[in-house]
Amino acid sequence: MSTATLTPEQPRTLADHPAPSLLQLVRVELRKSYDTRAGRWLLIVIGLAVLAVVALSLFVEDVPKTFTDHFGFTQLPISILLPVLGILLVTSEWSQRTAMTTFTLVPRRSRVLVAKVLAATLLAVLGVVVAALASVLATVLTPVFSDAERDWSLSAALVGQVLVVQVVTVLAGVAFGMLLLSSPLAIVLYFVLPTVFTILVSLVAALDWVRDWLDLSTTSMPLFEDGVDAQGWLQFGTSVGLWVALPMLLGWLRILRTEVA
Amino acid sequence: MITIEHLTKAYGGQLAVADVSFSCPPGTVTGFLGPNGAGKSTTMRALVGLAEPTSGTATVGGRRYRDLPNAGRSVGVLLDAGAQHGGRTGREVLTLASRVLGVDRRRVDEALERVGLAGRPAGKRVGQYSLGMRQRLGLATALLGDPQVLVLDEPANGLDPEGIFWMRGLLRDFADRGGTVLLSSHLLHEVEAVADQLVVISGGRIVAQGSKSELLAGTGGTLVRGPDRALLAKALEVAGIGISAGPDDALVADAEALAVGQAVAAAGVVLTELRAAGGAGLEDLFRSLTGSSHEVQEVQA
Repeated sequence: MSTATLTPEQPRTLADHPAPSLLQLVRVELRKSYDTRAGRWLLIVIGLAVLAVVALSLFVEDVPKTFTDHFGFTQLPISILLPVLGILLVTSEWSQRTAMTTFTLVPRRSRVLVAKVLAATLLAVLGVVVAALASVLATVLTPVFSDAERDWSLSAALVGQVLVVQVVTVLAGVAFGMLLLSSPLAIVLYFVLPTVFTILVSLVAALDWVRDWLDLSTTSMPLFEDGVDAQGWLQFGTSVGLWVALPMLLGWLRILRTEVA
Repeated sequence: MITIEHLTKAYGGQLAVADVSFSCPPGTVTGFLGPNGAGKSTTMRALVGLAEPTSGTATVGGRRYRDLPNAGRSVGVLLDAGAQHGGRTGREVLTLASRVLGVDRRRVDEALERVGLAGRPAGKRVGQYSLGMRQRLGLATALLGDPQVLVLDEPANGLDPEGIFWMRGLLRDFADRGGTVLLSSHLLHEVEAVADQLVVISGGRIVAQGSKSELLAGTGGTLVRGPDRALLAKALEVAGIGISAGPDDALVADAEALAVGQAVAAAGVVLTELRAAGGAGLEDLFRSLTGSSHEVQEVQA
């Protein structure tokens, strides 16, 4: 019988090992975002797109060329493409079925999700930093390619606002990923749903209040310019609730409850 | 070390696993046998916290898997070798896991070495791996945290005979050093050689469990053969031993070899063969236990 092979000193309990820290998990999630071909290419494309925007704003004559202007322009490719990285951060675990390994190594799923949210936030901040560096380059080169002077003016408030918008945008991607758990579905709906929503509420006059309070693209627009008032923040906040907080909450619950197979 | 008690898992109204109980002591290899769809994977997923049991409990070292602070350091899990990102290299897959586990980077090379993926295969993308290589990589991931327990679902799938032999040696060695191994298979001969005890599941229910010898003792009877079949049959009948026809001209007596031998000796009959019936006894047992009566239901998660 099997128990006959037992020796008394064999342990019947498990040795205690410290849990992986949140910092460890965040670093792992960040690594996951660039250690695959898809992730790496997406980052390269974002970098190239930022440079393309810099080139455009330098060579097109009637585009304003202050540092603030460059900083605003370079946010555009980042705000469009970086959320895809946020989506993939979550959905690739399902499409590639790595969730099985991820959640057996860290069975407390919320810890993994917190790490993913923090990693996405860091990526957004990194994106803004890259945009800022590209804007420095653009501003330095401005007198070379045009008649405009170098204008370094930039308000701290604007930087803060842009950071908030970019973080929220990437987290919207994460939220869609969490809710849908499928890369193609999440990417398509992430781009289509808000656009359809914007068109709908903009066309119908009776829906103006919906647009002003729940349409994220409308409410985030003022944040790219200096000086947002309390109502602006409130409107931005309510639309973030609809497009980021709500899908993230539902997706979070879905992931906690779903069976991973 | 692994204790599963009255585990039940239902999907909708369908029972995938019904009242399953068994335990795996340290220092042993437990073979978890059953046909495809019998509930092996569901049981294992519930054990490692990937599925929530409808009722019952599954613990490792007395704790629920989800309550283990650093699960991968205690329990090595390989449930599906295909569940790896095809775009990552084998080394990258292990590197990610090593960062979560908090183990030294050298462990990655050791693990690759141990499963035979060191060198060029380590740098290849998993998408280009054969199923056998993925199994090896999965096993490397499971071993990376130097765990005390291994939970492996169909690890022999896709391995060539040499690979299966190698894996048996690895698991035997792991158990002999005090480790606990639970491995599942739908093929008896894959686990027969390495398992100390067997748990057979069919239709979501445990239909047999025990050590190999225990399970064999319950079946078969004794095969006897002699130059004169009629005399032999007579001698056994006289001794009150039930008989049935065996392979070729042999008889299968419903008694221990000793009783058969005594009966035959008392009658003065000559024997040419006397042994436990059926070398393929476990195979027959496995087929009889899992084949009939219990309807096999395919349950997808």
